[in-house]
Amino acid sequence: MTSCFNEMYLQGAVRPPYARLEGWTRAMPAELRQMKQAEAEALFRRIGITFAVYGEGGDPDRLIPFDMFPRVFSHAEWTRLERGIKQRAQALNAFLVDVYGRGEIVRAGRIPARLVYQNAAYEKSVVGFVPPKGVYSHIVGVDLVRTGPDEFFVLEDNCRTPSGVSYMLENREIMMRMFPDLFRENRILPIDSYSERLRRTLASVAPAKCDREPTVVILTPGHFNSAYYEHSFLADLMGVELVEGQDLFVEGEYVYMRTTEGPRRVDVIYRRLDDAYLDPLCFRPDSMLGVAGLMDVYRSGGVSICSAPGAGVADDKAVYTYVPEMIRFYLGEEPILNNVPTWQCGRDDECRYVLEHLAELVVKEVHGSGGYGMLVGPKSSAAEVEMFRARIKANPGNYIAQPTLALSTTPTFVADGIAPRHVDLRPYCLVGESIDLVPGGLTRVALTDGSLVVNSSQGGGVKDTWVLAE
Amino acid sequence: MLLSVDHVTRYRYDTPARSVVQSHRLTPSRFDGQRLLDWEVSVSGGLAGGAFRDGAGDWVQGWSVPGPVSEISVTVRGRLETTDLSGVLRGHREAVPPECYLRSTTPTQADQALADLAAQCVTASGGLETAHRLSAAVADAIVYRPGTTHAHTTAAESLAGGEGVCQDHAHAVLAMARHLGMPARYVSGYLHASEDGTLHEAAHAWAEVWVAGLGWVGFDPANRCCPDERYIRLGSGLDAQDAAPIRGIARGPGVESMDVTVAVQSVQQ
Repeated sequence: MTSCFNEMYLQGAVRPPYARLEGWTRAMPAELRQMKQAEAEALFRRIGITFAVYGEGGDPDRLIPFDMFPRVFSHAEWTRLERGIKQRAQALNAFLVDVYGRGEIVRAGRIPARLVYQNAAYEKSVVGFVPPKGVYSHIVGVDLVRTGPDEFFVLEDNCRTPSGVSYMLENREIMMRMFPDLFRENRILPIDSYSERLRRTLASVAPAKCDREPTVVILTPGHFNSAYYEHSFLADLMGVELVEGQDLFVEGEYVYMRTTEGPRRVDVIYRRLDDAYLDPLCFRPDSMLGVAGLMDVYRSGGVSICSAPGAGVADDKAVYTYVPEMIRFYLGEEPILNNVPTWQCGRDDECRYVLEHLAELVVKEVHGSGGYGMLVGPKSSAAEVEMFRARIKANPGNYIAQPTLALSTTPTFVADGIAPRHVDLRPYCLVGESIDLVPGGLTRVALTDGSLVVNSSQGGGVKDTWVLAE
Repeated sequence: MLLSVDHVTRYRYDTPARSVVQSHRLTPSRFDGQRLLDWEVSVSGGLAGGAFRDGAGDWVQGWSVPGPVSEISVTVRGRLETTDLSGVLRGHREAVPPECYLRSTTPTQADQALADLAAQCVTASGGLETAHRLSAAVADAIVYRPGTTHAHTTAAESLAGGEGVCQDHAHAVLAMARHLGMPARYVSGYLHASEDGTLHEAAHAWAEVWVAGLGWVGFDPANRCCPDERYIRLGSGLDAQDAAPIRGIARGPGVESMDVTVAVQSVQQ
């Protein structure tokens, strides 16, 4: 795809943010590069960062491929992204407080009631509850793609428990270890304060009944979960306990954690567990992963849960279409970052268009994630397209479609040198007492030539992401 | 009508449980048809946990019982004054939008038979009449017969079998109403059934259907009527499990056995 925007080169010239990287690559012969790549891999192995791949079998502790060629943003580029991301995180939280409260945006006819109230992710049991500081989504992962020097689009929002931030931190760590010179030559804004900022964000939403320095824990489904490494990594960095459901229990009005020194009250739970598994008394009665009685304690102000149960209704792919409307409605501002134009197959006229142009479009399931259940029209066989046509016809409301975007590329080390590969970006916006964002995010790269699917579960890799100082 | 309730649920564990946690919806709803005089819920050896009124207007109270626990009893005693509002839930404050009750759950999924039966009930005279017909159709199609169904029987299964209890009746109404695009929910409560001398189903359940202009209206196919002054409303949900007055879990390997006594009596003033 030669027509794609290459973030390093514009009309044959190196773009300023990448200026110092050209010399770096020229001074690196193939043998050195291979040595460095092996070294990086060994480092990743040693620290144990792996990402299990769903549905592919094989080694569940497969390493996610790391590409040493960094992705770079200028300070000005980042400033605009930062404003856009924070704006979005604020609007998404305002939406959540609203739809679990008076539902003004629905009453005003700005979003269909059906999309919100009949949504599987809309949680009836928290209606009328305003979580501490009015925050439902404390970590908002906004997936961004770029198609030109100034063209950024939001692909989707992740309001529940976006994963991958451990890669953002580890990629930087490893780059600094392997290429210290690069970090002297370029003025790169640090990101290592993320864990402290996350801890501060979580502590800032302690419940009303907490009258002391809040105790924060991370609740994990367990070591078989694909992101378990990240859960323990973040717990370590923040200096908080990593617990499973069985380590917590409800007594009276509070939640406690079992420790060797006896029970200790827990004030804030950063859960990496879906709503359905949180409390067998409120959600799935067969859940062994949650804490019985947790929701009663939560609703009566004895503990905070991050993200708040019910936050998922804001990151549904059909609700996504309305985020620009949320920004206008709640903030009275124009969106700084645009959505990708999206067709809802649930609407007859739009569905007709989608079915007529299926081979050109990207089709996604409304509740899908991780790149599963997705059709990339131009990259699919006629048989695959027809299979999707049948699926859409059978359940149109379950699908949305978007144009196939010419995703930007950045130079990437490949077997025979350096070649452009498509990338996206997931920054992690923290929302508590204030809205906070470290400069950068996780850049995912589609390592296969021409591929547009960057998901790590679909064989994508990661890169260090730089934001340069002014 | 002045009603008194005496409801005791005893749980026994053959091996003592390490702890028991419960969530209760055991306090009568606040609306124009019910006025609470005195009401008390107690759990033997239990610690009262967080309590709150949820978005559906139900009073929820958490309980925990530190172990070892071999037996607990949950006792509900109280008196209230009821008024016949012909099933209309007037003056009930709640925040959950009616559209939320269009979602179907496993026991309330409409199969072809339920969909067909629902279609026969549609009338041009409006939602209220349709709802009445749904309730009557369920009463005709599912004969009240205890012991023929169990806690996890679905509406489709009880319709196919032609027999069931109040839970099955309510599930069938919900499945059919939602199929027609009418919000509907499960209601759990008590029933004072003294007329024929029997006390069956004193712990009772029925359905509420959202009727434009009227709001939530109760329908009890089991007794072919709308809830009146003999009914005491406790709480609601998408199905029986979601609306259960007591939800609980015991930690431990033991087997739980339970027995329930309920008496709902009319009190002479």
